[in-house]
Amino acid sequence: MRPTLPSLKYNILVPVKRSIDYAVKIRVASDGKGVDTNVKHSMNPFDEIAVEEAIRLREKKPSVVSSITALSIGPPKAADTIRTALAMGADSGIHITVPESTVVEPISVAHALKKVIEDKKFDLVIMGKQAIDDDSGSTGGMLAGMLGWGQGSFASKLEVEEGGKVNVTREIDGGLEKVEGKLPMIVTTDLRLNEPRYASLPNIMKAKKKKIETLKPEDLGLDFTPRFETISVSEPPKRQGGGKVESVDELVGKMKEAGLI
Amino acid sequence: MFARAALRTSRLSTSAASTLSSTAALRRRLASSLVFLEHKDGKLNDSSLSAVIAAKVLGNDTAGIVIGSKADVDGVIEEAKKIEGLSKIYTAASDAYAHALAENVAPALAKVLPAKSISHIFAAHTAVGKNVFPRLAGLLDSSMIADIIALESSGDTFTRPIYAGNAILKIKSSPKDAIKIVTVRTTAFDKASVGSGSAAVEEVEATTGDSPTKYLSEELTVSSRPDLSSAPRVVSGGRALKSQENFNSVLDPLADALGAAVGASRAAVDAGYADNSLQVGQTGKVVAPELYVAVGISGAIQHLAGMKESKMIVAINKDPDAPIFQVADVGLVADLFEAVPDLAKKIESAKA
Repeated sequence: MRPTLPSLKYNILVPVKRSIDYAVKIRVASDGKGVDTNVKHSMNPFDEIAVEEAIRLREKKPSVVSSITALSIGPPKAADTIRTALAMGADSGIHITVPESTVVEPISVAHALKKVIEDKKFDLVIMGKQAIDDDSGSTGGMLAGMLGWGQGSFASKLEVEEGGKVNVTREIDGGLEKVEGKLPMIVTTDLRLNEPRYASLPNIMKAKKKKIETLKPEDLGLDFTPRFETISVSEPPKRQGGGKVESVDELVGKMKEAGLI
Repeated sequence: MFARAALRTSRLSTSAASTLSSTAALRRRLASSLVFLEHKDGKLNDSSLSAVIAAKVLGNDTAGIVIGSKADVDGVIEEAKKIEGLSKIYTAASDAYAHALAENVAPALAKVLPAKSISHIFAAHTAVGKNVFPRLAGLLDSSMIADIIALESSGDTFTRPIYAGNAILKIKSSPKDAIKIVTVRTTAFDKASVGSGSAAVEEVEATTGDSPTKYLSEELTVSSRPDLSSAPRVVSGGRALKSQENFNSVLDPLADALGAAVGASRAAVDAGYADNSLQVGQTGKVVAPELYVAVGISGAIQHLAGMKESKMIVAINKDPDAPIFQVADVGLVADLFEAVPDLAKKIESAKA
């Protein structure tokens, strides 16, 4: 943690994850150790919101944002996810490549992000509150703990003032909470933060020229050996629809039968 | 479980190290669990009571911990002492702990856990648990095991939903994660009773993280209805309600008739018909009431993730092909603007 407020300009890091598209109905793989991944993938929806927010911060105050970097850890195809972030408006990308079969756990991601942040000096990390595949929701908080930075989790509003003061409105159970922090800081995005833009064709073309730095875990001295052993992945118990009734009266009858009225 | 753990360890070690491994196993057996007792405005949050039941699966000695502002903790401790199944209540009070700011609370826990030989710490998978526990995991360089729906008494095997509840993952945690940091899906466990417990209270010397963030204010949605997460009955509305006025005028009488909490789909929240805090689903609340009435909700994967464990699901929808009918116990294909007021009326008269 740097002791003083950073200079006027700050660098934003946006970690993005390539995950199975949110609309895909997933299938448990036949070996019972995972899910069938031979399906459409896209950027984790919460990460899209993070990219969008970084771009909006710069649009609001162009003079204070020095750079926006999108980072992804994953197989070669994760480069597509970085390209998407670049097409939305990020400046450059970092891709930490791992073989297709490697599972990178949240703790490994947090270690990797910490290393990159220390090496390359980022001041603000905006990331999704959870990935919709693993649903763990732990990477952002872990990273904040490891770095000793403040955290604004589940943000539905974010303001960064010149000088590095940060205001975050957080979604909590029962309503909203406002906290004030200062850079450097980790912010995780909730759905309500913004509506991500679509990349335009010219921007997609431009994104092809933007630079993606490719790193290997070894280059960073990282070890992604999983700590968890997957015992099984199974289908949830199937719920049987009970059929339809013809009228409100019949519905009332069913509810009475169930002892609900 | 003890024997199996010891066996596994000794298989991996040389005979010279076997004394060491049995010491490790012994330490594991003597280790104890801790439940982070969440509270707000001086009142215990009863989702923590589900975390107590989850912790008790391990058969360990189980304590609770209450961390909060000086003004809040006294009342909460009085309640916490009476929770059945807890042998002790640890407590740390400081105004720095007000509003459960993760930057202050997580360091306090990180200090207490090793000092008290805690092997497992549990919290409810609420907004507070989801905020504090990952930071704690970062401080201890430990994995986090989020939103579990089951665990085994061995203490290293956990079951949790992934992909919005469309797959169930069973994992074994490694000894590298010496302290298991676990959040619990509250609808998957019963709640511990509060009443006959008589835990001793012990103040612990904790520490604050000298938080770089500070609490400013909060804005809570005030409602006279039961709390959505714990309500035995829920009436939820979707996009088909068409406006905030309709959302309230159509759903309120039915919720009143049933004594139900009101929930909403993401579409209804995004359209501004209902407050964010009412959202049921993968990214909102997970509920499992005895009755869930889905009104004008199509039943997207993300919504089903939040309600498909309900005991009885009733769906009212104009579209006979809506996916919600595949999970509903009772479905009614009808215009909600006619059917729902009619249903509310008929329930009221059936009660009379």
